[in-house]
Amino acid sequence: MGIILEVDQVYKHFGGVKANENVSLTVEEGSIVGLIGPNGSGKTTLFNSIVGTHPIDQGSIYFEGREISALPVPAIAKLGLLRTFQQTRIYEKLNCIQNMLVSSKPENDTVYNVFAKIPEELTEKSENLLKFVGLYQKRNLRAGDLSFGQQKLLELAMALMNEPKMLLLDEPTAGINPTLINGIIDRLIKVNKEFGITLLVIEHNMRVIMSLAQKMFCLAHGQLLAEGTPEEIKNDHRVIDAYLGVQ
Amino acid sequence: MDFLIFKAPILMVQASMDGILLGLLFALIAYGMALQWGVMNIINIAQGELVIMGGYIAYFMYTAGIHPAFGIIVSPIIMYFVGWFLYKSIINRVVERDLFISILATFGISILTQQLMNFVFGADVVVAQSNFGTTLLFDDSVTLPNAKIFSALVSIVFAVALVLYMKKSRLGRAIRATSQNPRAAKILGVDTEKVYAATFGINAALCGVAGSLIAITFTLHPYVGLPYTVRSFMIVIIAGLGNLPAVALSGVGLGVFEEFADYILGTEFRIAAVFLLLVVILVYRRFKLSKKREYLK
Amino acid sequence: MSKNNIIIYGLILVFGIGAPFLFPAYKLQISILWILTILALTWDIQGGQMGYNSFGNILFFGIGMYVCSSVQIGMFFPLSEWTASGGEKTFLHTTSQYFEGFTYGLILAGIIPAIVAALIGYGILGLRGHYFAICTLGIGIAAGEIAGGIELIGAGQGMTVPPWPKGIGGTELRSQFFYYLCFLTVSITFLVIKWIYQTRFGLVLNAIRDNEDKAEAMGIHTMRYKIIGWVVSAFFLGIAGGLMGNMIGYIEPTEIAFAGSTYGVFMVLMAILGGKGTLWGPVIGAAVFHIFKEGFWTFFLGWQYVALGALIIVIVIFFPEGIMGWLREKYPHRFGEVVDEADRTAQVELT
Ligand SMILES: Nc1ncnc2c1ncn2[C@@H]1O[C@H](COP(=O)(O)OP(=O)(O)O)[C@@H](O)[C@H]1O
Ligand SMILES: [Mg+2]
Repeated sequence: MGIILEVDQVYKHFGGVKANENVSLTVEEGSIVGLIGPNGSGKTTLFNSIVGTHPIDQGSIYFEGREISALPVPAIAKLGLLRTFQQTRIYEKLNCIQNMLVSSKPENDTVYNVFAKIPEELTEKSENLLKFVGLYQKRNLRAGDLSFGQQKLLELAMALMNEPKMLLLDEPTAGINPTLINGIIDRLIKVNKEFGITLLVIEHNMRVIMSLAQKMFCLAHGQLLAEGTPEEIKNDHRVIDAYLGVQ
Repeated sequence: MDFLIFKAPILMVQASMDGILLGLLFALIAYGMALQWGVMNIINIAQGELVIMGGYIAYFMYTAGIHPAFGIIVSPIIMYFVGWFLYKSIINRVVERDLFISILATFGISILTQQLMNFVFGADVVVAQSNFGTTLLFDDSVTLPNAKIFSALVSIVFAVALVLYMKKSRLGRAIRATSQNPRAAKILGVDTEKVYAATFGINAALCGVAGSLIAITFTLHPYVGLPYTVRSFMIVIIAGLGNLPAVALSGVGLGVFEEFADYILGTEFRIAAVFLLLVVILVYRRFKLSKKREYLK
Repeated sequence: MSKNNIIIYGLILVFGIGAPFLFPAYKLQISILWILTILALTWDIQGGQMGYNSFGNILFFGIGMYVCSSVQIGMFFPLSEWTASGGEKTFLHTTSQYFEGFTYGLILAGIIPAIVAALIGYGILGLRGHYFAICTLGIGIAAGEIAGGIELIGAGQGMTVPPWPKGIGGTELRSQFFYYLCFLTVSITFLVIKWIYQTRFGLVLNAIRDNEDKAEAMGIHTMRYKIIGWVVSAFFLGIAGGLMGNMIGYIEPTEIAFAGSTYGVFMVLMAILGGKGTLWGPVIGAAVFHIFKEGFWTFFLGWQYVALGALIIVIVIFFPEGIMGWLREKYPHRFGEVVDEADRTAQVELT
């Protein structure tokens, strides 16, 4: 198994805020990797840097061996590297099915093809994926009418609809009814095993991330603090200190 | 032709001086727009009509035999109430809604007031003579009407007075608090409704001052408001909300640009140049920001 | 197509074809209704479906108008002499020249605005929200001011359009000819737009409206869709402009061609009045607005713009969802999406 994503000495500052400071990490193809760190430690910023939301100050990012840090957002997404948002982003006036349909990857995405019809079978695929995340019964509702947790699930389904190679999930269980969390863990494992999608997951819920990830990275104050297996991270006193706010 | 080339440097000085004086006037209108935009998050397309309306008040005084320069006192008082009334009747219904709704609603106000002014004052171009005389500079080769100098000075005085008022007075502080965080201001007991009404009134009053200055320095016509709106918008997006020196500087820059455009392209392209400059500035900013993968917000 | 739809389309078709015979006195008025419908339909591609509120689409209407008549004239006579002679027609088109010129004129009246849209689209459509709105407002007005300074096309005085050729029937035939051209154009515009909205393109426009950043993050090259949408609008607007110029017979920069304060505002207002972001909204809005305007305009003698201003204010404040929005709320089964209450309250289960 090769390396699918490599972040190499990335810096990103916002004025005086050092949101990412010399961050390097690698993700193996087919794995589930966790990214943890206290609030404000720069996890979301790192996601933004990877998918091209903002230019990075320094460093390189490679996806499948290709330098992507200069590419615009849609181009990176089209390579098969997608992300979901911490604050959900859905198309609120469209219903769930339409949200799914527009998220599909067009077969032949050229200027000449913009007026292509939406293939019939995509509706069925949408419905199946909505079933997969438990939203099937809500398929005709406007996405804006869903609760925050439901929107998170919809966003996950939309990402799956696009058939990415790798998915960056920003706190996938935040705001979700705790009774559903086991279900989500199970779904994410399926996404990884059955759909073959590599996952990089930001997660605050330690139980979730411990049961998902094979490898973990911990950020603090924009810097990489520790990396290792969940077991190692759990027992790393630096990580514990960072979470407890000890400098 | 020889003559023009020989005269060119002088004409440039003339155009620059005219532009600076005019630009300070623009800055005053823009400052009102910035205030109201910053506090209420509304873009007022009728800004120019408020200016023209203020001008007609001075003109009305002039026709009644009063010196139009007194318009800078009477006009803002009347316009304050016009602004307050507009707020209470229309603006308060769009204030916390989509920006497009406020743009369109104020566009409606603009169309409506244009024709009302047309009814009351007629469609002719009018001027209010101030008889202030002119100042001659550089061996009489540069002519500056004193009215323009007066107008620039008055603009500065009113802008500075407003800044002080915003810093020192109770209402001024309430306005600034609301502009920073309306919700927090509300919780701390600021009557935001009142603040909004006052802000819109103050903006209209500034337009009133500017309008009466325009009445004595330039010409009035019911349908020339929109360029003033666009000028203020442009100044605000260059200078940002509420930085007076920057507003003044951008105003002067715009004034000089216009005088030169007028001089080089001809008067018939003056307004076109203003509107094109708006487009160019916006598109330039858009490309600059898109390098950072951002967009104008 | 459902039975109801067949009835609706059938009625419109019958009305459209029969109107010149049923209401001969209103032929010109109904022709203008079709033009207005095109304006509203094409505005809604940006304003309603894509969430880009343009105040400058009148640009394409005006360009189309000038291009059409310039081609009509320039193909056979020196344009500058034509315009210099003011209203005096020193040149006369023969019947075949007239129709040849008009055909090419109308085609180019569509193509050139479309090219302009494509060229400026990348710069302008990168602006969002009110910056886009104000920028397009600036473009529309600048275009009128510039056209008013160009001698070749008659500057501020404007130019006359070739008159209907003598010898093939008089004004009756002329008005009928333009009527059917307008009806044909609006029908094609409607069908093309309807088709577009059913494709992926339509969904992408809505996605841009709801959350453009998300659309980009999902791999959609939004700029491509924005530009193509504008090109479609510009194409049909340009043709509408070409037709309008010929119907009026006279072109002028700021009141007729780049008429920001009339047609430029009307198109926004009609779309909102009917219900923006819907297929039928702009059509209904145009009809209601036109009937209101023609019915009451004379009634408001001199006060038209006061009434128009008031109408804009009332509509945007009290009626921002338009007639379609009201119908949807009132008759959800016929017009809206019906959602089962059970679906709404259903709990998500993951087992
Ligand atoms: N667009 C931005 N502009 C300015 N500061 C930002 C921006 N995005 C994030 N930050 C700052 O960067 C730091 C890291 O934020 P973030 O990456 O969201 O943290 P996390 O996701 O780990 O909670 C914070 O201090 C935040 O305020
Ligand atoms: Mg975060």
